[in-house]
Amino acid sequence: MTLVKTKIGRRAFIRNTGLASGGLVIGFNWLASCKMTPEQVNNLPKEWFELNGFLKVGDNGLVTIMSPNPEIGQNVKTSMPMIVAEELDVAWKDVIVEQAPLNTDIFTRQLAGGSQSIRQGWESLRMAGATARHMLKEAAAQAWGVPANEITTKDGMLTHEASGNSAGYGEMASAATNIEVPEEVELKDNGSFSIIGTDKRNVDGKDIVTGKPLFGLDVYKEGMLTAMIVHPPAFGMKYKGMNADTVKTMPGIKDVFHFVVYPEGMEKQWSDGGGIPELVAIVGNSTWECMQAKKALQVEWEQDSMAESTSYHEKALAELLEKPTEAPARQDGDVESAFKSAAKIVESTYSAPYLAHNTMEPMNFFAHVTPEKAELLGPIQTPEFAEKTLAARLGMPLEKIDIMMTRMGGGFGRRLYGPFVIEAAVISQKMNAPIKLVYTREDDMTQGTYRPSYKVKYKAGLDESGNLIAWHVRGAGTNDDLIFENRFPAGAVDNYLAEKHSLTTNVTTGAWRAPRSNFIAGAEQAFMDEVAEAAGKDPLEFRLELFDRAINNPVGDPENNDYDPERYAGVLKLVKEKSNWGTDTGKARGVAAYYCHNSYVAQVLELEDGGDMPRVDKITCAVDCGIVINPIAAKNQIEGGMIDGIGHSTYSALSFENGRPEQSNFDTYRLIRHSESPKNIEVHFVDNGIDPTGLGEPSLPPVIGALSNALYQATGRRFYKQPFINDKPPLVG
Amino acid sequence: MASFTLNINGKQQEVDVDPSTPMLWVLRDHLNLVGTKYGCGIAQCGACTIHLDGTATRACMLTVSSVGNSEITTIEGLSEEGDHPVQKAWLEVDVPQCGYCQAGQIMTASALLEKNPNPTDEEIEMAMNGNICRCGTYTRIKKAVKLAAKS
Repeated sequence: MTLVKTKIGRRAFIRNTGLASGGLVIGFNWLASCKMTPEQVNNLPKEWFELNGFLKVGDNGLVTIMSPNPEIGQNVKTSMPMIVAEELDVAWKDVIVEQAPLNTDIFTRQLAGGSQSIRQGWESLRMAGATARHMLKEAAAQAWGVPANEITTKDGMLTHEASGNSAGYGEMASAATNIEVPEEVELKDNGSFSIIGTDKRNVDGKDIVTGKPLFGLDVYKEGMLTAMIVHPPAFGMKYKGMNADTVKTMPGIKDVFHFVVYPEGMEKQWSDGGGIPELVAIVGNSTWECMQAKKALQVEWEQDSMAESTSYHEKALAELLEKPTEAPARQDGDVESAFKSAAKIVESTYSAPYLAHNTMEPMNFFAHVTPEKAELLGPIQTPEFAEKTLAARLGMPLEKIDIMMTRMGGGFGRRLYGPFVIEAAVISQKMNAPIKLVYTREDDMTQGTYRPSYKVKYKAGLDESGNLIAWHVRGAGTNDDLIFENRFPAGAVDNYLAEKHSLTTNVTTGAWRAPRSNFIAGAEQAFMDEVAEAAGKDPLEFRLELFDRAINNPVGDPENNDYDPERYAGVLKLVKEKSNWGTDTGKARGVAAYYCHNSYVAQVLELEDGGDMPRVDKITCAVDCGIVINPIAAKNQIEGGMIDGIGHSTYSALSFENGRPEQSNFDTYRLIRHSESPKNIEVHFVDNGIDPTGLGEPSLPPVIGALSNALYQATGRRFYKQPFINDKPPLVG
Repeated sequence: MASFTLNINGKQQEVDVDPSTPMLWVLRDHLNLVGTKYGCGIAQCGACTIHLDGTATRACMLTVSSVGNSEITTIEGLSEEGDHPVQKAWLEVDVPQCGYCQAGQIMTASALLEKNPNPTDEEIEMAMNGNICRCGTYTRIKKAVKLAAKS
């Protein structure tokens, strides 16, 4: 058992909300009734007793667990409640999961991003379950007149063996609401779990496969109007004027107006990134009628800043790669002298285009703003920040703003940025009616907050024995400086220099699944392969040699390095074993490893025979994310991340002509499809009992390197420019 | 505006809409059948897949005026209890991540199996290629289609 404090300073992690309200009876709303089996539906309790903000126990023993964080497909709505249920010691079949609304009094970090939900929620989720279990035990101890520490729990049952007493949680739930929250609670030991580490299927699975209304776009309310926006057709343009008279009289159209989303000088949050200050709104009875009006409406725009094209971005980034930075991000030793004495030098430049997020569910939000309050409902990864901007924009105190979260049809970082929440609220306020703002796919793709465009140049020096003696990386991105200077191989090379540039542009950029890592990992791991080849060494063994150096004789203070070389080497060794690396399978293979978002991933990727762009036959993947909460879903994240990485690096790009995105829908923006996806994927976890870390992002970045390296083995060509399908590199040698 | 009588999930439904309205929006905005999803509006992503007389069809480009007496099945009408073999296989394999595209994937897969109860891997891929999954659940989808084919 581990003892943990339920309070740190003045912040109480767990509060007995039941004490204040005397055991709440809470009804189910339309977001709630997920994962109820028919049995549960027929067997709903008469009364619910809320023991803390995370959970309530029914008088018949059913337990409702709140899932605090937004669900974007990373499966936290199943895995986070599993952690609570584990410490509560309740049978999973008796658990109902409910999406919590935004409530910063009860929950910390209600945000989906950075693969952090599980890592940062781990302790508070466990405490919520353990505290409630403690209170149920205390209630039983009082009822039976026995010491609480002699009572055991299992699957929602309390038992006192000596006296022969036993009761279900439901029987003690009412009394438990009167028990004080303990100052300390006992947590189970890692390794003694019965729910954590077992396969639990998606709590929304049944609703998903039967088409139930789960998503923001599925919100329909009495009297609700549909709203759409018209945004500038190009970055660098702004609203000038329009004549909407004829469009206003089109069938089903209620109003067409120009509006200001962000008044000048208003305080914004980082989550407002990409927000366009002025837009045009079209409001009508139905989606199709709004779409027709949107097509017919002529809006005048004027140039506001530079009209940027992809050719400009590429040229400007390439120029930056030739320029030393004023101060290096990190410098160990002296790369210049080392390059002079090196027996071999390897040098390469890699690049990647802008990418759109393209969540399958386009941006949307429901808003009903009245002078008294603002009700918001929809898909957003950062509700807490949206609430602050809403307060500033609507001139309302936070208490009058309610944000409820729907399940999200994908996130990938796009829904970290919520200007659409503010737009919906302003339109509702102006119309004095409930509205649902809907972006068309074209709106979604051409008004993005994109993955930046990147270029990076590497130079490595080897001595006579093929040891890496110098490493120089200089990277540049649009509105982003790309390089993580303290990541591998920093700390494993005597002479190391990292430099980073950012090119300021007016094309809005932001986090896209595994920010920066989604490009730099692939480039670094492809370059590492070139260096290993020049050294005449096996690429996997070459990496392990470097980790040995970082473990045994690190360069500089190892505290400065953003990785644990032993865990890094651990995933490489595991993938080596599981893929039978070193045996000839007759197929082209590539290896890569990367660490980001607190988890370690290594892959061996194998290609089918033939063609300029052969299909992936098999990926063997090794992952160290500490304790695996829900293996079946963890593997799903890892599989999906790899398919995502392969798909975007091979097929996808967003380009610009005079600020105008040249792709606006899936006919011109190519995404990976069934017949292009890997045929087989195997995932293996390192079993080390360390506290868990996240999986939404870490498998994506390295797979691009593994793919590049396998492509070289298959075709004799090194692919430097994404998307690979358009790259025509020469044969090497 | 014009009045249409449609046969949806075995029931006669009346709607009064512009004849150019795609079935996707008739289902979602007028009949409150929101399981059929909007993804692209140009028949490129498959999120809006329904059955039109048993054939997988993109509802976003099927105008209400062209439906006539054809039978439409949506995800809500695929089975009464959500226990169609394809739905059961989807749950067993735990296919969905975000879940948004899955109704369309299931409608395409169920139409495939109706015509070809034992498809090869290549046949599954060809049939499913019009359905994009942005989360990348393709390997699980294939596994689930094969599992459904067995049952």
